[in-house]
Amino acid sequence: MTIAELTGIVNGRVICCEDKLSTQVEYAFASDLMSDVLTVEQENIVLITGLANTQVIRTSEMSDINCVVFGRDKKIGDQIISLAKENNMVLVESPHSVFHIAGELYKAGIKSIY
Amino acid sequence: MRISDIADSIDLKLVSGANGFSNEIKGAYVSDLLSDVMGNAGEGYIWITLQTHQNIIAVAALKDLAAVILVKGNMPDKDTIEKSNQEGIPVFSTQLDTFTVSGKLFNILKKA
Amino acid sequence: MHLRFEIAGGDFTKAGNVASAVKKVLRKLSIDQAISKHIVIALYEGEVNVVAHSYGGTIDVEIDNSMVRFTITDTGPGIEDIEKAMEEGYSTATPQVREMGFGAGMGLSNMKKNSDSMSISSAPGEGTKVEFIKYLSQNPDCN
Repeated sequence: MTIAELTGIVNGRVICCEDKLSTQVEYAFASDLMSDVLTVEQENIVLITGLANTQVIRTSEMSDINCVVFGRDKKIGDQIISLAKENNMVLVESPHSVFHIAGELYKAGIKSIY
Repeated sequence: MRISDIADSIDLKLVSGANGFSNEIKGAYVSDLLSDVMGNAGEGYIWITLQTHQNIIAVAALKDLAAVILVKGNMPDKDTIEKSNQEGIPVFSTQLDTFTVSGKLFNILKKA
Repeated sequence: MHLRFEIAGGDFTKAGNVASAVKKVLRKLSIDQAISKHIVIALYEGEVNVVAHSYGGTIDVEIDNSMVRFTITDTGPGIEDIEKAMEEGYSTATPQVREMGFGAGMGLSNMKKNSDSMSISSAPGEGTKVEFIKYLSQNPDCN
């Protein structure tokens, strides 16, 4: 599905790189641990996380992840947004918990990377 | 709904804390950050995480969680097992990853 | 090509800047994407280790036609038990570091998995040196 579609499913708000909303997402990965995120090998992945810091963007950059959904209405600061812009990474804020977000995206058919 | 009702459908293997195997589940929380769980997880929730060190039991006990599920085949440390048995908080291991186990559990709980 | 970077210990705001810079260099050199990914992931883990565990360090990156090699040298407390440190899940990270999403105990093993060759030398009180090599053609005998 496209990033635009998944944003709708998670009641999300896009806060960066709105021009990339038609990008396809095939897989989802949920984690707050950077080393865990660094083990992903696929492309077209959405990362679902509750951790809102610049390292999430750096880690996603290293792993070629192009969309991050932050759960629990975490307020995403300007530093995070500008780093994401540099890397053309779409950021989505969702009011739901990571559990809920994973649940809805799983039901909607997004695959796990495993 | 009790953990024992759903353990098979989400590939849970009980590792320790057997006394809590039939705990009631009120919901679930997904996080690998202890402070996040301390701040936001609800009583009776199942906690899904990658973390295996003994602090997870301290947090689970403080928040009265129903159980801890370790994903991707992770197993609790020796100290974690000991604490889990002492507190009666079950620790499960699953081969599934966080996204999949959350996906399945979310949809099971929703139907309940 | 030789690049050198300095890293400040404890400064998480900059952690990852070196890996990001090297990623751009590798892309400009048209290095195979899959190989490049292994290199930058290992470099990022190594860089974060310096920030999380030491007082500061230096990363030297050498790129030639056959391989990318980086050496990370830090001034820090050193590693007491290197074999244990390589174990997945073993971590000496502080609670503060864990709350940032690090300290899962996978850094060194992630680096090793992504390398063709890796060595660590360290002793308590003497800092740590990590050397990592990735061959650009995945058949090193053909170079």
